[in-house]
Amino acid sequence: VSGLTVAVPRGALFGGTLDLLDTLGVDTAEVRSNDRKLLFADAGIVTMRPSDVPTYVEHGSADVGITGKDVLLEQSHRNVYELVDLGYGRCRMVVAAGDGDPIGSALRRLGRVRIATKYPRVAARHFADTGRQAEIVEVKGSVELAPLTGLVDGIVDLTATGRTLEENGLRVVEEIGVCTARLIANPVAHKLKAAEIDRIVERIRSG
Amino acid sequence: MSGKHRSDAGQPASSRTAIPPGTRDVLPEEMRELREISSRMRETFEEAGYGEVHTPALEYEEVLRRGEEHAAGARYRTFDEQGEVLALRSDMTIPIARVVGTRYADTEPPLRFCYFAHAWRAVERGVGEPREFLQGGLELIGADGAEGDAEVVALTIEALDAAGLRRHRIGIGDGSLYRTLLHDLDVPEDRHMPLLECLSRRDLVGLERVVSDLPARELLVELPALRGGPEVLDRAEGLQALHTALERRGVEDRVIYDLGLVRELGYYTGAVFEVYDPAVGFALGGGGRYDELLGRFGRALPACGVALDLQRVHLAQAAEEALA
Repeated sequence: VSGLTVAVPRGALFGGTLDLLDTLGVDTAEVRSNDRKLLFADAGIVTMRPSDVPTYVEHGSADVGITGKDVLLEQSHRNVYELVDLGYGRCRMVVAAGDGDPIGSALRRLGRVRIATKYPRVAARHFADTGRQAEIVEVKGSVELAPLTGLVDGIVDLTATGRTLEENGLRVVEEIGVCTARLIANPVAHKLKAAEIDRIVERIRSG
Repeated sequence: MSGKHRSDAGQPASSRTAIPPGTRDVLPEEMRELREISSRMRETFEEAGYGEVHTPALEYEEVLRRGEEHAAGARYRTFDEQGEVLALRSDMTIPIARVVGTRYADTEPPLRFCYFAHAWRAVERGVGEPREFLQGGLELIGADGAEGDAEVVALTIEALDAAGLRRHRIGIGDGSLYRTLLHDLDVPEDRHMPLLECLSRRDLVGLERVVSDLPARELLVELPALRGGPEVLDRAEGLQALHTALERRGVEDRVIYDLGLVRELGYYTGAVFEVYDPAVGFALGGGGRYDELLGRFGRALPACGVALDLQRVHLAQAAEEALA
C-alpha cells in the first residue's frame, strides 16, 4: 500500500482484511491464490497468525497491521497505535460455563474459581476487576473441552455465534466485551510515514 | 576461544552463572563500536560547550522523589548501613538537577552538561527490554523557551550525524497542549484522566469512544492525530517560536511536529521530543522542557534536555552502514 508494509492476519479475519485491501487499491490476487507463501513483497503484504501481528508491528517489521481487538486486549503492553475500528470480524469475549452455575457455586463454597482460556491476561483482569479470586489455566487448543472434563469451572473465550459453546453444553454467563478488527501502526512509522498512513485511514473512514 | 554457549536451564539457583533478564555482557567487538559512537557524540557535545558529568548510580530515594513523585520510575531499592533507602537512578535528569542545586548554586546560567551513563528501570513486560541501559544525553539549564529548545534539538541532530546516522528525525510536541485544550473546551475534570490515558496508550479508537458524548469531540480526536511540517502549527501556537528558531539553525526539515506526542515522565512542562530513525521500530530516545524541576532542588531555572538510548543508536548506525 503505497510504500507501507502491512501485516495481514490469516484465519477468521483473513477474508475481510483482503476485501478491505482491495478497496484500498492493493492487488490481493496473489495472496488469495497462494496460502503457503507468507511474504508478498510486491503487494507490501506479510501474512501471519493474528496474535503475531502486534509483534511485527511493534518492532517495525510491518508499518501497519490488522488484528482483532481480542489480541490487542491480551497484548495490551504492546507499544502500537490503535488507529481505526474496522468493524468486521465481530465477536464477543465472554465467560461461559455449563448448567447449574458451577462458577457461582465454586466461589461460594471454595472462595475461588478455576477458569480455562487462551486469553490469560484478559481473564485475570476481568476476574480481578470484579473482585473474584480466579485461578487461570492457560490452554492452547479447544477451550470448551476444559470444563467438560472437570479441569475448570468455566472458560473465557471469544465467540461469534455461540454455536461451539452450545454444542459442548456451555452457555454465556457474562460478556466481557465486543471485539472487532482493528488497524494498528508502528509508533515510528506513524511519524515518519504519516502521510501514507493518514491516506489509508481516511480512505477507510470514507469508504 | 570456544564457541560454546552454556545455558542454566534446569540448574539450581546456587550453581547458576546467568545474569538477570534485561542485563547484558558487552564483548570487545560491540564495545569498540559503542565507544566509537559515544566518543563521536561526546565530541559534538563538548564542542558546543557541554561538559561531561558523572553522578552516583545510587541516590537517596528521597532525592529522586523530590524530582518526581514516582522517582522517575526508579525500581531498584536497597538500604544502607543506617537504614536509609537508596535507589538506582532511572535517568540522569534528576541527578543533574541535584548537582546544579548543590554544586552550581551560585554559578551564572546558562549551564551545559552532557553524560554517558547507565540507568535502570523495571522490566514490566518481560519481552527482552533492558533493565539496565546506557544513555547519552545533554541538559541545557537556564536557557529559556524556544531558543533553548532549538539548541537541544539541533545538537541532538548533529550528534547523531556524527554517530553515523543519516535519516533520523526529531518528533516535537507540546506536552501541555492537550491539557490546555481540555480546559479551554470546558471538558469536566473527571473526564480528563480517561482521555489522557487513551492518548498515552496510543489508543485512538478508545479516545474516539470516550469523547463521543462531548460537544467538541471532533477536535479532541483530530488534534492528537495531527503531525507533519509547520502547517500543523496553526493548532499549536506554542511551538511556532521554536519552528522559527529551528529555521534559523537550518534544521527545520529534520523535525516532525506531532500534536499527539506525550511523554511518560511527569516533569515535562513545555516542548517534548522523541528521536526516530526509519531503521529502528522504537524511538531512539526523547526529552523535553522541564522548567519546574530545578526549583525543587533550590535553583528555579528553566531547563531542557534529551537522552538517547545508545544501544538503539547503535542499531540504527549499523543499519545505515549496511545501506551505504
